[in-house]
Amino acid sequence: MTGHESGPVLRTEELRKAYGDKVVLRGIDLVVEPHDVICLIGSSGSGKSTLLRCLDLLEDIDDGAIFFEGEDISDPRVDARAVRRRMGVVFQSYNLFPHLSVLENLTLAPRKVHGVDKATAEAKARELLARFGLADKVDEHPDRLSGGQQQRVAMARAIATDPALLLLDEVTAALDPELTGEVLAIMRQLALDGTTMVLATHEMAFARDVATKVCFLHDGAILEQGPPAEIFERPREERTRQFLRRVLPAS
Amino acid sequence: MSISDGSWVPSDQQVQRDALRRRMRLRSATIASLATVVVLGVLIVGVLTSPGWPRVKETFFSWDDAKASFPAVIKGFKLNVLLFLIAEPLILVLGALVAVVRSTNAAALFPLRLLAVFYTDLFRGVPTLLVVILAGFGIPALQLQGITNDTFWLGLFALVLSYGAYVAEVFRSGIDSIHPSQVASAEALGLSHGQAMRYVVLPQAIRRVVPPLLNDFISLQKDTALLSAIFVFEALFAAQDYAAYNFNYTSIVVVAVLFVALTIPLARFTDWMGRRMMRRERAGAR
Amino acid sequence: MRIRPRLLALGMAPLLFLALGCAPVDSSTPDAGEDPTTSESTAAAADADPAACAADAVRTAGTLTIGTDSPAYDPWFSKNDPTNGEGFESAVAYAVAEKLGFTGDAVQWTKVPFNSSYAPGKQGRFDFDINQIAITPERAEVVDFSDGYYTAAQAVIMLKGPDADNITSVSQLQGLRLGAQTGTTSLTAIRDVIQPDSDPIVFKDTSAAKQALLNDQVDAILADLPTALYITAVEIPKGTIVGQLQAVPGQDEQFGMLFEKGSPLVACVNQALAVLRDDGTLDSLQQRWLSDAVGVTELTP
Repeated sequence: MTGHESGPVLRTEELRKAYGDKVVLRGIDLVVEPHDVICLIGSSGSGKSTLLRCLDLLEDIDDGAIFFEGEDISDPRVDARAVRRRMGVVFQSYNLFPHLSVLENLTLAPRKVHGVDKATAEAKARELLARFGLADKVDEHPDRLSGGQQQRVAMARAIATDPALLLLDEVTAALDPELTGEVLAIMRQLALDGTTMVLATHEMAFARDVATKVCFLHDGAILEQGPPAEIFERPREERTRQFLRRVLPAS
Repeated sequence: MSISDGSWVPSDQQVQRDALRRRMRLRSATIASLATVVVLGVLIVGVLTSPGWPRVKETFFSWDDAKASFPAVIKGFKLNVLLFLIAEPLILVLGALVAVVRSTNAAALFPLRLLAVFYTDLFRGVPTLLVVILAGFGIPALQLQGITNDTFWLGLFALVLSYGAYVAEVFRSGIDSIHPSQVASAEALGLSHGQAMRYVVLPQAIRRVVPPLLNDFISLQKDTALLSAIFVFEALFAAQDYAAYNFNYTSIVVVAVLFVALTIPLARFTDWMGRRMMRRERAGAR
Repeated sequence: MRIRPRLLALGMAPLLFLALGCAPVDSSTPDAGEDPTTSESTAAAADADPAACAADAVRTAGTLTIGTDSPAYDPWFSKNDPTNGEGFESAVAYAVAEKLGFTGDAVQWTKVPFNSSYAPGKQGRFDFDINQIAITPERAEVVDFSDGYYTAAQAVIMLKGPDADNITSVSQLQGLRLGAQTGTTSLTAIRDVIQPDSDPIVFKDTSAAKQALLNDQVDAILADLPTALYITAVEIPKGTIVGQLQAVPGQDEQFGMLFEKGSPLVACVNQALAVLRDDGTLDSLQQRWLSDAVGVTELTP
């Protein structure tokens, strides 16, 4: 993962997003340095998914600014497509295109968006899938894969185009518990490889082990952020403590 | 007996249960068959012994008239087949285009989108027969240079316009039924809206709407008969012509048989296609 | 066992259908056994007075119900209104009705699309149908016809111009696009007599035929002579009659009134027609409503 600038990969200033009267994000200031693994935690409705969608320009923001690799991407004149090419996103579900095989899912964007020729794209895809332990599923359609396998393919697809930033939105939330392990393993590996990631998650153990920074969102604002050790062991805010009490197993 | 040791033999209780189930199934099947035979038999007997039956048989099911009318009817039927074979692909293309235009949000395409809305509203509102007549008689009356007078092509044009509107709405509902995360995934990968439509949304949407599309296609096959109003001598018109001369409706029954013979295999084929395609669609959220 | 009530119900169903199937159908259609001798004996019994004959033969006592299609074209009717007594067929119908003893409001008209005039069981809707229907042997097997009240010649209509002026023979027509209305003797004339190179164009009705002629979608249309004269005089002023087809002796087509098979009214109507023919009424009605056909050239073969 190489960034063009030596500065942060992503930076938001006073990001605000509202749906009608309902304010979902208020004044978010977030900084993502290269090779950071930022975990967003918080209750549902706290704004984690909305934040990720705004970062990928899938939603327009209502105020504030977003800087990606030094460029102000919240400017309406920016080509959203070009920006998205440099980011990878994996959602909670419905990621893969069911009418295409796994291989075709991976090669679609490189070929149609980045102009890579078919042979090169397929070679790269196979290599990635092998790395993720999915070499034998290359020609299958998504309906033949387990949920965990599908999410792993989705992640392979997201990094197949060498994005500068990877966004993951609760990618294990819809999986059966025994399948989350294999997906988290991939995420761990990606983090070790130096991928810059921002992810929303409920997997606290993973966050504690892998994150470089944990942000606790509450009611649309980052209430508290810091290294995982700080947040999990010595949370400053009462609300953070309440949240952690609810989601962490009693220790 | 433990099941896991691979040498399981059914207990007496299980043997009895299996035998009982077999007997129960046999009894149900026998009753159902018997009932069907009896009901059908009574219906048939009822019809054949009704007082008007000889006259009805002669008027609707006369073998001599069937043979006599068949050449003209089958010749006309070729026109029907040609019409829907040529029209259907055009309708699918037009419908898909209109549906995609309606689904786009690009500001530059706003006038096109308005036109698309107007087109679908208008041609779903106006009865197909009116469109056929207007095209078949109205267009030649304008005496435009270079436009054919041939009512076969004018009628075909009318059918494409009329059915394109219905099919556009079917496609639109198919497009709308695709989970928004699919479009989001496509856009997140950097595909443009047009590319997302072409490679991700439309292929899935099309597969989903195969059953209602088949309905429209069958309806189109029958509506090819509307072109008789602009003197295309298709099968139904030929049959009516025969009937008018001979005061006998058998020719119409012949046309009905031809249409049904066409529809049944088509319906089975598309059921099969639809099932095959939907199997793939089940993968979504796991 | 629980099965028994179900069996009982199943047993009832067939009985129900049997009952429905044997329900007496209001058969205005007589059994196949009836033969023409019935009408003969009726004729013999009441040859003196058509009115006496008809009194018992109509469906609704005191009313004569006549069917015709809509629109009711000139010159057979006028202003699409059969009740005004104008137009040849309207006039003939009222003349026949008067002889049968029905006048004024006793004559009721009902709309009968041509295609359903010969449907089995449908004739219960009218006593007879008058609608430029040609008498043919095939049709006479299914319905009964009165004697002919008009002999139809076929005329060829084209748009005025040099093409029309050149036509003097039937063989010249063979290379043209010809058209006529479905189910008419005009269409048979094209198919059997002219035998053109390309298939005739078949129209649902005369309106479509006229449209096509004006739109240059057909070169010439055939219609019976009175209709053709009316069309070229009033409806397509740009049209002209290039000629009429020679009548083939023994094969001339006659228009007759259509009755249900075995209807006792046929004989009465035939008596009335005979009277009207003898006293010259038919001729004068023909002269009044159907322009004199003398002067329309016959096309050579």
